[in-house]
Amino acid sequence: MSKINRRKFLKGALNGGVITVGLPLLDVFLNDNGTAYADGTPIPQRFGTWSWGLGMSESIFVPKRTGPNFDLPEEIAALAPVQQHINLYTNFHVFKDDAPNLCHHSGWVVLRSGIAPMTSENRPGETIDVSVARQIGNATRFRSLSATATGDVRNSFSYEGGNSVNAPEWSPLRFYQRLFGADFQDPNAETFSPDPKVMVRKSALTAVQEETKKLEQSVGADDRARLDQYFTGLRDLERRFDLQLSKPDPREACVVLEEPENLPTGLDADLVAKRHRMMTDLMLMAVACDQTRVFNMFYASAFSATIKPGYDKPHHTATHEEAVDLELGYQPNVSWFTRRAMDEWAYYVNALANFKEGDGSLLDNSFIYATTDQSFAKLHAIDGIPMFSAGTAGGRVKTGLHIDGGGSPGCRLGYTAQRLMGLEIESWGDKSNTTSSEIGEILV
Amino acid sequence: MLSIQVEIKTISCTLGAAILLGACAPAEIEQGEPGESASATRTRLLTGEQYTNSIAAVFGDDIANSVLPPIPPMTRTDGLLSSGAAYVGVTSDQISQIQQTATSIAVRVVDEDHRDFLIPCRPEAEDQPDGACAGLFLQASGELLNRQPLGDERLAELVDIANYAAEQTEDFYAGLALALESILISPEFVFIVDEQEADPDRPGYERLTAYSLASRLSFFLWNGPPDAALLAAAESGELLSEAGLAAQVDRMIASSRLTDGMRAFFDDMLGFDEFNSLAKDPNVYPMVTGSTLRDAREQTLRTIIDHVITQDADYRDLFVSRKTFMSPALGVVYGIPTGNGWTTYEFPESSPRIGLLTHISFLAANSHAVRSSPTLRGQALRERFLCQLVPDPPPNVDFSLLEEAEGAVTARERLAVHNTNPSCAGCHLITDPMGLSLENFDGAGRFRETENGAEFDISGELDGVFYTDISGLAAAVRDHPKLPSCLINRLFAYGTGGPVSPRYELATLRWLEGRFEASQYKLTALLRDLALSQAFSAVRTEDSQGKMLPANSESQPFRLADPEFSLPSQR
Repeated sequence: MSKINRRKFLKGALNGGVITVGLPLLDVFLNDNGTAYADGTPIPQRFGTWSWGLGMSESIFVPKRTGPNFDLPEEIAALAPVQQHINLYTNFHVFKDDAPNLCHHSGWVVLRSGIAPMTSENRPGETIDVSVARQIGNATRFRSLSATATGDVRNSFSYEGGNSVNAPEWSPLRFYQRLFGADFQDPNAETFSPDPKVMVRKSALTAVQEETKKLEQSVGADDRARLDQYFTGLRDLERRFDLQLSKPDPREACVVLEEPENLPTGLDADLVAKRHRMMTDLMLMAVACDQTRVFNMFYASAFSATIKPGYDKPHHTATHEEAVDLELGYQPNVSWFTRRAMDEWAYYVNALANFKEGDGSLLDNSFIYATTDQSFAKLHAIDGIPMFSAGTAGGRVKTGLHIDGGGSPGCRLGYTAQRLMGLEIESWGDKSNTTSSEIGEILV
Repeated sequence: MLSIQVEIKTISCTLGAAILLGACAPAEIEQGEPGESASATRTRLLTGEQYTNSIAAVFGDDIANSVLPPIPPMTRTDGLLSSGAAYVGVTSDQISQIQQTATSIAVRVVDEDHRDFLIPCRPEAEDQPDGACAGLFLQASGELLNRQPLGDERLAELVDIANYAAEQTEDFYAGLALALESILISPEFVFIVDEQEADPDRPGYERLTAYSLASRLSFFLWNGPPDAALLAAAESGELLSEAGLAAQVDRMIASSRLTDGMRAFFDDMLGFDEFNSLAKDPNVYPMVTGSTLRDAREQTLRTIIDHVITQDADYRDLFVSRKTFMSPALGVVYGIPTGNGWTTYEFPESSPRIGLLTHISFLAANSHAVRSSPTLRGQALRERFLCQLVPDPPPNVDFSLLEEAEGAVTARERLAVHNTNPSCAGCHLITDPMGLSLENFDGAGRFRETENGAEFDISGELDGVFYTDISGLAAAVRDHPKLPSCLINRLFAYGTGGPVSPRYELATLRWLEGRFEASQYKLTALLRDLALSQAFSAVRTEDSQGKMLPANSESQPFRLADPEFSLPSQR
């Protein structure tokens, strides 16, 4: 071993040693345009997404009144306790232009990426959470986190590119272990000493990065791009190690939870709700502990297969096969599924509002963007696709409003969200979905 | 009305062409492998199972099973999840998971329960670095994990990491774990990279390097990394000789690890990942629990492995064989008494259970949670076993006719509604006839005589072959010309790490079909032919290969209907 060339690793180790001083915290936080704690420490801004499947029953979902104090038709009656925290957006459109209308795909892809997909396998561009995470996700242990209530790792509305999907956490137990396992640094711990292992890990990355670059030279263009993505991920990992070498700021609402039970697979609506609440509790605690500032919560997939006990059609099948009840004017079983989704949306918003932070709540320092895949799923309609937001993004957004989009692009909400999160983009979306028009009615 | 007729005509015409194509297909048995046979080079991410198997091969099952593989789900590409591994990208979030998992593994490898038999030496002092001992361990485990020697420079770096970390932590084993972490997050471990070199025996052509060939062989036949003997054959160059390659392939096929490899292949080909999230409504199917569904998957895999490997029988007979395996949980659903654990079982001649299509796995996985689905079953039969693609559904379907299908008692009556709708009829005529023949089995795969008091009409037709009952359907599948060629297509893709290229590889597949037919459809013979073929070792040069195409575009599976028409794959 005497012939070992130590230069490369020692160079990395030296870099690691310098970094143990830590990044100046103010530099980190000032980029986020946050409001401040009483002592002047800025409170970071957060961006979350939430998704439900298969749209709405328009006649009992869309309020008659717009603006504040809008009425809550029966399908969204569950939102009463959180009405003051949310905005409802209706009569916004998704445009497919020359792309086909891909069932249960075009709607969510446009609202998350701004671009109409050309095939059902196609995921164009990148999703909004990825763009926002690049802006505000650099000061936390995780750039972003995703979780699903379906128990199915394949369900995700977050991707960096066509074949690079952010797979969600699907098991409460596994999610817990990832968040609060051995690597977790309690921000409220009284003492802090940098872990020398983290320093070594960071230093050792240099060699792996060089190895990745070397490997890139031996493969074709597409594979080179994939390896380069891997290299970028290693760089990102390096940044996360840096953060772990600095003492985290205290977070008043951060409490390490008890380890949860694991749940069986299945899509019975009660089981999905239970899973949704467990994953929400874990996710939001991770946010409260400042482990991430960008988070995706997935209640149901676009082809939602949630089951209503005793009813022989899962949600998606019911949207197509259940008749519209002529007296009621809607599909009663389909509406049952949507109402269950709204129960969970209310739970999610309320959970955010219950985390105290500064003079307000976690919700006050967040902007949540909630979307679905269709408007009227029976006909695969994407016109008038409903959306919600929640939170005031640090007092910059008015809430409690029902906004009628007048047929304008649904991408306006995503554009508004990105501007709120500090992305200096002049427009967002492709072709008819392009917009440079914020939804001014909600801005303070 | 006119449009209905036109569509039906188009479909039957296409089907007719397919049958003709299939019928005329192989018979090039006497000819050798096409001279230009070669495959693409690929950079594949380890699949989750390959990751686990790699850890198990080096550090044992208990450590491998103590973590979940940090690998993202693959996109099913031309019928196989494993082909998606050649295209999947690794996001930053995923890399943080790879790192966390690496930490968990490394900590366990060096803990007091494992160090004595996983680390081949003792440090002079546990609270100090010991470069010599660290080097021994890192060199051996690094070679197995990377599937080739580390190289002096990389080994030196790793020993530096171990030494430096041991100094910082005052713990030799902690230092060793941190160096091992570095190996476990390196792209050379998590990606299987095909490396090529000039073929000295065929000037102007390229072949895989010996180590890349070793990896391709072992992930193909074992779904895991090369063992020491295979790596030694690569190192000595023996693997690049005809005799040396044959010796290794024969050894690998004779190994018990072949079962692992083929279980993984058939699990992928049959779409059994569906079982990871499959559940049945307990109100409708109270006897079906999670263990029932796990056993259903296991039953089919055991049946296949026994048939094609242990018995070395004709692959096609899997679709008409009544021999299987039974567990207590399955016995409840099949309605037969069973012993403890897994036992062999043969359905009597009088039983409607015949072949894989009547296994609970196929019937339950291709149903809704609350009811059966002839459409999903028909689609699965077409796509999984015959490599025919049933397109996605059209967006503008008018479902009003389907609403509760007033008065419809059976699925056949409900689905008859589709045939009155031109935009539905095209695809449903492709899937429903054979799916309806399985309606004697409910959404959990239980046998039933009637549905809502009505008896079933289980007669049907598969690509021109008419039949009256389930055994007729089984025979039609067994004798379908696409059945063996589909297996070859999937195996070739599985072995070479990505979808078949119709532009370059059809002649090779045709040659393999002839060989398969001549072997009386023995899987082991096919595996040997494929592993020893020129196409398996030779790779196309960058120029002739051109730019790699995105997922799903390399291969153009036979489409059953106008692409405008299709069916949902979701339930």
